[in-house]
Amino acid sequence: MLLMDQDELKKQEAKCTQENPPACTASCPIHVDARKLMLDIQNQDLKSALATLQKKQPFPGIISRICDHPCEAECKRQEAGPAIAISALERFCVKNQTKIVKAGIVPPKSQTVAVVGSGLRGLTAAYDLAKKGYKVSLFEKADRLGGDLWNFSDAQLPPEVIVEELSVLNRLNVQIHLNTAITQQDLAKLQEEFNVVYLGLAAHSDEISELLGEQSWIDPVTCATPLPGIFSGAVVGNDSPIKSVADGRKAAVSIDRYLQGVSLTASREGEGPFETQLYVNTKGISPLPAVQMNDEPGGYTSEEAVQEAGRCLNCQCLECVKACKYMQEYGSYPKKYLRQIYNNDTIVMGMRHGNKMINSCSLCGQCAEICPQGLDLGETCKATRESMVSKGKMPPSAHDFALRDMAFSNSEEFAMSRHQPGHDSSQYVFFPGCQLSGSSPEQVEKVYAYLREKLSGGVALMLRCCGAPADWAGDQTLFQSSLEGMVAELESLGKPQLIVACSTCHSVFREKFKGVVSLWELMADLDLPVQGAVINGSILAVQDACTTRNEPIIQDAVRHILTKLGCKIEELPYNKERTKCCGFGGLTSFANPELAKKIIEDRISESTTDYVAYCAMCRDNFASKGKRTVHLLDLVFGTDLDKAAIRPSVGFSYRHENRAKLKRTLLHSLWKEAPQEKDVAYLTVNLELNERVLEIMEERRILIEDIQQVIELAERTGRKFINPDNGHSLAYFRPVKVTYWVEYQPQEQGFVVLNVYSHRMEIVEESHE
Amino acid sequence: MNNTLKQTPTTLWKCGKCGGELQRGSVKASYLGNDFVVEELKCLNCGLVLITEELALGKMFEVEQSLEDK
Repeated sequence: MLLMDQDELKKQEAKCTQENPPACTASCPIHVDARKLMLDIQNQDLKSALATLQKKQPFPGIISRICDHPCEAECKRQEAGPAIAISALERFCVKNQTKIVKAGIVPPKSQTVAVVGSGLRGLTAAYDLAKKGYKVSLFEKADRLGGDLWNFSDAQLPPEVIVEELSVLNRLNVQIHLNTAITQQDLAKLQEEFNVVYLGLAAHSDEISELLGEQSWIDPVTCATPLPGIFSGAVVGNDSPIKSVADGRKAAVSIDRYLQGVSLTASREGEGPFETQLYVNTKGISPLPAVQMNDEPGGYTSEEAVQEAGRCLNCQCLECVKACKYMQEYGSYPKKYLRQIYNNDTIVMGMRHGNKMINSCSLCGQCAEICPQGLDLGETCKATRESMVSKGKMPPSAHDFALRDMAFSNSEEFAMSRHQPGHDSSQYVFFPGCQLSGSSPEQVEKVYAYLREKLSGGVALMLRCCGAPADWAGDQTLFQSSLEGMVAELESLGKPQLIVACSTCHSVFREKFKGVVSLWELMADLDLPVQGAVINGSILAVQDACTTRNEPIIQDAVRHILTKLGCKIEELPYNKERTKCCGFGGLTSFANPELAKKIIEDRISESTTDYVAYCAMCRDNFASKGKRTVHLLDLVFGTDLDKAAIRPSVGFSYRHENRAKLKRTLLHSLWKEAPQEKDVAYLTVNLELNERVLEIMEERRILIEDIQQVIELAERTGRKFINPDNGHSLAYFRPVKVTYWVEYQPQEQGFVVLNVYSHRMEIVEESHE
Repeated sequence: MNNTLKQTPTTLWKCGKCGGELQRGSVKASYLGNDFVVEELKCLNCGLVLITEELALGKMFEVEQSLEDK
């Protein structure tokens, strides 16, 4: 994806439906926020409930008692029980809370409006326009305001409520003229006297025909008549009170625009009822019957109302947020995140507060899979990281360590390519990847032996990193150069077919190298090693690697192997294309270790069954938080499963060591090459590291090698601090961009490391020597 | 062993090179092209500057983070 511009932002934002109104609000002609009303009732906050009604209803005491509630027909609760009794709950509110919030009045305007008729249209238009500050005069032929309102039964709409509710018009200084019928002649006078005249009557009614004669065509969108300054009801009939209110409101909007001299027609799509785009997943919601009223004529009691409002589903989308810890971490949803990311990327001066958020996404693609519109927030995060890198605005601390780890894997320490011993060409090349090699080098040796045995035509071995860390870090230059290195190596081997053990490597190579095949696909078709573990029908829950999200073939192959091994499979709630990342993807664990911990905890709590993973990072991450997890290779090669399930995660230092050792071992045992030992003084520095120090090193991303360098330099030059009381030494070294500090104590065979820490800021020392 | 991690109070450190006491003095610090002068403990003879764990993981880290987001 290209970096977001305004258009792209809008396109992406439009995919997120979370801000769309719920079906009840969208289907209401005046968009009463019934969802909020239900929350207000549940909270027993009737003052707020009334304010919610009053925000949209001109006379809540009246409208809430007589509304024909089209909302209920659209209520999503109907997918699990009857619709919420919104109408009855509105009545409950206005019956039990009568203190009307005073309407806010804006400074008076000089323009005048005559409203003819005081039915719901006229009343609504008069109220809306008076609230906007216009001088409104209301003409009613009868001796009281309200028109058809008086036809409702006293029980449904008591007369005193009509009087009380309409008294708001006096407070708004509406001039009321009762017993004043308007004829066609009077209309001409009104037209002269007032800036605008509104005929608050049903469209095509006899009264309209009498008043407008041949000019009784009415614009359905704006309520304008062919006569300048005269507006009229555009809805036919008076059978729906709420439609009449909406009709009066629509005219009031037009009249306001007319008097301000702006377009009557621009952006009016949102008015009136519409179909909402809000996606609401009602799967798994238990049906609930409607709460019955103990006293039907009296309406809901407070208790009943709270219970009935409690059936409201509080319709939201949030599908991706429900599934993803990262989405939850920042307390919002993709539409808001997209805007924050865009703002962060386009900021010229000031703090980029979104950096960490952008770098915390695991880019796993789960949101795109779950979102009904396919919105992929990770895609935007990744593109933005690339933009940050290209502008030199990527915080160095975010990915520096991971990229140095990648550099190690592509250095002489680990990287190598060889044809199978005794071959000078290769049909295949096995690419174990850096993490399996770092975590379980012995498994790599076993797999390579297995492949040599099963496949003919020569199986080469290639050790290095696939480049995913650079891609995830947004460093496209580094990523491309790593891929080029891969191409060169493959060419030197005669372009054999790639066999990869790691799903991430697979996802990186899929596009670039045709024919790349997953080790699992291959194993599913071949005979498994005879020494496979004795499983005897034990159950394991499968952790699908997030980089196989769109690779059902790999996921199926893994299940096939498990079945062949006699294992019973448990599917996790989020599996296959909906699987969750383990916290390593997208370098989350480097940019935001706290979040990565939450991601792991969340994933391992999905089932109490032991997990089986086919990605070394998934296995190690889960095991690091105490989840019994085996690697698929533990099963295939018959390891002691109880031991394998609780094998701790391998720390950063030992991953390096394991990789380097793997290369040395293989070169020695298979190719009979004498490995080149790195000849640097610091490697001979012997360290004693207790568990707590190792933990701190892991947390602070400090390697054994870093510590060795600090001590070697300090001991050689004497440049260190000494504590005369306990003999501790404290020294530092800055190889490149990070200064490492080590507190230590010499002992017979080497040095006891007591503490380590680092900082990135450089201290410029002035030498006095 | 846990108590060994608690770092010795800073004032107790002496320069390992000359054995001299550390004193507060101005020190140049730099990050991402931003330079500042701060007061830190150092050996006035040898120029060695002491950055304690508390400073490195506290104030200094905060400043690094905010400069990275600038």
